[in-house]
Amino acid sequence: MVVPLEHVIGLSAILFTIGTVGALTRRNLVVILMSIELMLNAVNLSLVGFSRAFGEVDGHVFVLMVITVAAAEVAVGLGIVISLFRNRDSVNVEDVSLLKW
Amino acid sequence: MSFAAGLFYVMAALAVVTALGMVLNLRNTVAGAMCLVVTMISLAVIYVVLDAHFVAVLQIMVYAGAILVLFLFVVMLLNLRSDAFTPSRATAPKVVGAAVGVAVLAAFLAKLPDALPKVAEIPADFGSYRQVGLALYRDYVVPFEVASFLLLAAVVGAVVLAKRRLS
Repeated sequence: MVVPLEHVIGLSAILFTIGTVGALTRRNLVVILMSIELMLNAVNLSLVGFSRAFGEVDGHVFVLMVITVAAAEVAVGLGIVISLFRNRDSVNVEDVSLLKW
Repeated sequence: MSFAAGLFYVMAALAVVTALGMVLNLRNTVAGAMCLVVTMISLAVIYVVLDAHFVAVLQIMVYAGAILVLFLFVVMLLNLRSDAFTPSRATAPKVVGAAVGVAVLAAFLAKLPDALPKVAEIPADFGSYRQVGLALYRDYVVPFEVASFLLLAAVVGAVVLAKRRLS
């Protein structure tokens, strides 16, 4: 392995933290979806790193599943964003508080 | 340091910088999406360094090729004005959120070196299409089929959501 495993997992943790903070602090629904994509990518990176460390390709198959879920989530999420924009003329999460108690 | 290791650190720095650019860029959503494209591509290079060639190709094709195009398409379709997002009134939750995030990250990174497994030796064709394909179609054939149902449901759901007006 050309780089130590802890550097790979550390990079994954850094990217996951950036994505989490972005998803929790931004107000733009599209940017929140992009932050969730970043978090899924960080998980993929740690799966690939551990797959390499254990010498098994099972992690690569799990990455394929995560990518499938990410694609499905983006398709449905952006469909919801378009639907919201038609009805509310906004993609700001503060304008979408119907379910907020 | 070998060329591959140097490539890893350069691409890791690029990924972190562009991810920060995507999250901190408050004005321009298109620029944020372009930052995320660079993050995805640098992660693909890192996958090649980690002997995951099949996953690297998938990363470029699905993330940089399909998902980010979908994001850019929606941003341009909605024609989001750059002044549509006045900064949130409260800055305290953001500061506290970022501080907690950094604290958790620091605690994780401090624990990291003791918690990892030993690195195994791998065969020369590790991560090739042949190896991943064998695992995918022999050991994981049921999850693979379930994934295709998931995609079908997502396509139908996206069309229904984007077409119908909510009452």
